[in-house]
Amino acid sequence: MSNSERSMRTPLGRVRAHGASGEGTGHFIAQRVTAIALVLLAPWFVVSVALSVRDASYLASIDWIADPVNAVGVILLVAIGLYHMSIGMQEVIVDYILKPSTKMILLFLNAAFPLVLAVGAIFAVLLVNFGV
Amino acid sequence: MAGAPSSQDRPIAPHVSIWRWHVTMASSIIHRVTGVGLYGAAIGVAIWLIAAALGPEPYALVDTILSAWYGQLAMYLVVAALAYHLANGIRHLVFDTGAGLTPADADTSAWFAILFAIAAPIGLWALLTFGG
Repeated sequence: MSNSERSMRTPLGRVRAHGASGEGTGHFIAQRVTAIALVLLAPWFVVSVALSVRDASYLASIDWIADPVNAVGVILLVAIGLYHMSIGMQEVIVDYILKPSTKMILLFLNAAFPLVLAVGAIFAVLLVNFGV
Repeated sequence: MAGAPSSQDRPIAPHVSIWRWHVTMASSIIHRVTGVGLYGAAIGVAIWLIAAALGPEPYALVDTILSAWYGQLAMYLVVAALAYHLANGIRHLVFDTGAGLTPADADTSAWFAILFAIAAPIGLWALLTFGG
């Protein structure tokens, strides 16, 4: 945060990723915007599922997912939650993994895996609602 | 940049090992740990949705796991982790506005997040047990 002359950061380190595209703050803002959405979605999901699907049975689960409000809510939760999760995990990887090759592989997996998971989960919700 | 030391060679600040324990430090560490833990919870939600879409027989395995003691324990921990990450996340959104940053305020709000994480799963359990 500190850009004073006493900062230990190099001039290059200070300007990197703060170029014309503004990308340096992109993840910072996205993390907070998704957080605000999740403040509403996550407690709703936990309480709604806990109250409606208490015995975790197949029919209770299908009933919950087949409700249009629940379907839209859980699709939003999965999409926004997994994006939030990916940004957070990227921060953790960048902080703790120093070896460039390991870091690159983990960053790739962290970008790909939540995307695959989100598409699978959203497709599952659509299948329950519109499938055969 | 020829001859510049790589990031591993640069001196780093002595940090974790010499710091006196304090609650704001714990709150930051728990936020990361619960965030990483919720990665697993998100995978669980996706598996639940996908299993429901696959049909009663694949779903039976999910039902078995969720009904077993380890499934119940996992869900209890997930609710606690989510409650902490939620409360501390709101705390950070408040910090982003510039409010609550004095050491006394930050200590109080950190304790509040920790207590909320303990109370939330107990409250949800009580709601399910005694709430009709």
